[in-house]
Amino acid sequence: MPDRKQAPVIVDAVDFDLRLKHAEKIVLNNGVEVYAVNAGAEEVISLEWVFYAGNWFEEKNLVAATSNFLLRNGTRQKTAFQLNEHFEYYGAYLNRACYNETATVTLHCLNKHIQELLPVVRELITDSVMPQEELDTYRQNMKQRLKVNLKKSDFVASRLIDAYVYGEDHPYGKYTRLDDFDLLNREELMSFYKQYYQQGKFVMFVAGRLPSGWQEMLNRYFGDLPNTAVAMNPMSMQPVAEKKSRVINDAEGVQGSIRMARPFFNRHHPDFVKAMVLNTLFGGFFGSRLMSNIREDKGYTYGIHSFLQNHIHDSAWVISTEAGKDVCEATIEEVNKEMKILREDLVDEEELLLVRNYMMGSILGDLDGPFQIIARWKNIVLNNLTDQYFYDSIHTIKTISAEELRALAQKYLQPESFYELVVV
Amino acid sequence: MIQFEKFILSNGLRVIVHQDLSTPMAVVNLMYDVGARDEDPERTGFAHLFEHLMFGGSVNIPSYDEPLQMAGGENNAYTTNDLTNYYIQLPADNLETAFWLESDRMLSLAFSKKSLDVQRKVVCEEFKEHYLTKPYGDVWHKMRELAYTTHPYRWMTIGKELSHIENAALTDVEHFFFKHYRPVNAVLVVAGNVTVEKVKTLAEKWFGDIPSGEKYRRNLPQEPEQTAARKQVIQSNVPLDAFYKCWHMAGRLDRRYYIADLLGDILSGGGSSRLYQSLVKEKKLFSSIECFHFGSTDAGLMAIEGKLVKGVQIDEAEKAVEAELDKMKNELVSASELQKVKNKTESMIAFEDMSVMSRANSLAYYELLGDASWMNFELEKYASVSAEDILQECRNIFRETNSNTIHYLSNN
Repeated sequence: MPDRKQAPVIVDAVDFDLRLKHAEKIVLNNGVEVYAVNAGAEEVISLEWVFYAGNWFEEKNLVAATSNFLLRNGTRQKTAFQLNEHFEYYGAYLNRACYNETATVTLHCLNKHIQELLPVVRELITDSVMPQEELDTYRQNMKQRLKVNLKKSDFVASRLIDAYVYGEDHPYGKYTRLDDFDLLNREELMSFYKQYYQQGKFVMFVAGRLPSGWQEMLNRYFGDLPNTAVAMNPMSMQPVAEKKSRVINDAEGVQGSIRMARPFFNRHHPDFVKAMVLNTLFGGFFGSRLMSNIREDKGYTYGIHSFLQNHIHDSAWVISTEAGKDVCEATIEEVNKEMKILREDLVDEEELLLVRNYMMGSILGDLDGPFQIIARWKNIVLNNLTDQYFYDSIHTIKTISAEELRALAQKYLQPESFYELVVV
Repeated sequence: MIQFEKFILSNGLRVIVHQDLSTPMAVVNLMYDVGARDEDPERTGFAHLFEHLMFGGSVNIPSYDEPLQMAGGENNAYTTNDLTNYYIQLPADNLETAFWLESDRMLSLAFSKKSLDVQRKVVCEEFKEHYLTKPYGDVWHKMRELAYTTHPYRWMTIGKELSHIENAALTDVEHFFFKHYRPVNAVLVVAGNVTVEKVKTLAEKWFGDIPSGEKYRRNLPQEPEQTAARKQVIQSNVPLDAFYKCWHMAGRLDRRYYIADLLGDILSGGGSSRLYQSLVKEKKLFSSIECFHFGSTDAGLMAIEGKLVKGVQIDEAEKAVEAELDKMKNELVSASELQKVKNKTESMIAFEDMSVMSRANSLAYYELLGDASWMNFELEKYASVSAEDILQECRNIFRETNSNTIHYLSNN
């Protein structure tokens, strides 16, 4: 009979020597940088083309997102249907996504089909035509989707809180209105496409079981594209003046979407990594203070989380939850109470060790497999960091003291510096 | 090929070991043979509420999460209509912590009143968040009640209504636990950087002395064949008209399940699929349309769900859907279209199998279905599907008398 009261001996994850597998870097003939992690047991690969073509660069709302979307909807040689059919015939997933600074094209496929697929990816970058009819269909369907989303309190709350923190004119704060779709025109999209894709700058990230000769292959299809430098102009934040807002989106709603957020720095600030540890303790995992109190003790919500936004230029520290309509104010009160405890009391050694072990275990688990490793590298490269950032983070997780965490809480976790929003 | 070894403890617990030395992690996946279909119709939502209670402390260990986080681990769980699954990922060095935690809560829960009180509220908030506050959020509740007259797939895992969860009592919890959460009704998969010897030793040590329990014999009322079309119209405060239609299809162990899976991919699931190309892109009747099935173990449902373009009449939209289905019933799909969906399936399986967690989960699921090794024959089963099979199965599934339709109409 085992002694069930006695926990088995563990190796503290904090003692692990975590290493980030090296990413090979090659440079194509046109200067395009390619980061590669060649590993994995399955015969699959992922390739990602990251263009500096995010909404940071657009002069009108939605131009960046729409040109990114329409990349796959017609080239000089193929219709949208033929393009889709080509990728789908080979069981490949060709996706695109638009972010703030960047916009991406990603391809996931079995490596045996790569030769069939790369030429068509090239075609999207060099020869897209964005047909008027495709734009019209997209416009109509996206407007309808937006109408549905605007009924959801969580969707509305997430847009508003960003607008409060960054201002509605900042790329991180602006959001889409139904009218914005009507104002889109094909010429502007094509001109954006020309400047930021055809002539634009991009970086590549590839991972998986790379076929032999992959370097030559990438050079053949992507090594002659222009890759012209693009200027990223600074944008100033214009936060709103009023810190507290209550919005009624649906008078019959049974839950409120609570968002609390304060501006924060990007990853280059010396407090960023330390704040990641404090955030984990505060609301960053299932055992966090917010979860333990507001879900596991009070039962006000299905889940409550805090996080630092992953932006390149600036960031925000956000608390987010959906809570019963009549307990929203009580929830906010508890969040503020938890901030106060962090400002006043030192976290005890056992809880701090738990947070350290959890974070280390989670990084270890997260480095499992080539796709996860390349994702880490992508974050490092796009944020203009080096792998030293990874090792500094590990060092901070292992060594940050209770006193430092309290000092950090005193500096940042002040309710009056947070925007506070409830949308019902 | 996914390699594994299987052994059975004397109390009936099935244990499967899948070694992968390329990862520093271990996964412990414990699947119980109980889902929402096993609930009393008057106490629905119980299997899922129960999943929450499994984190409220066990007989010898007051907190489940803390020691696991201390060991650098993460965990989660989910409940479906068919089963309940608990999984842990942690550094392989700390594997024993997972055995200690999982075996103690299989031995017995703490049955704490406080935990039940809190988790009832948490689940009610989950119910509101996912099903009450979202536009169209209640449609699958209504569809299940329309399509099933008899089989317990009539309700969703979250439960039929909030009151069933609100009224759950501690005695119900205990009864449910000792009926279903026994070694003889569970499959344990240990995967990752582990050895068979070590797993054998640990399984024996931690699970070996748990009383076997009584094998749960599932004897569910079966759904009679549907003989007349059923329709429902809902008027609601939603921004767009939406169309939902479901047909009964074969269960997970039937060969026709694989045919249905592929024909669903032909109809929807990509920019070149039929419904999307014809009804969204060419005819512009829908702003979005999907065809999918529920993946149920017992006979399930094939569904088509679409949002209409503003101004389009729903009868016109439905006719256009039927016209696409008629093509499937009357013309063989081309060799390349069939190959396309087979290639897609091959690639999807390869991507799923990349993660140790996903492999462990699949092994447990196939073992629960009957045999873990079936996991390795899935691709062959898809490969054997012919264009004639697709045509026959479309005729079989897409019969009007086998259909359940909901017109979810906007009243603004």
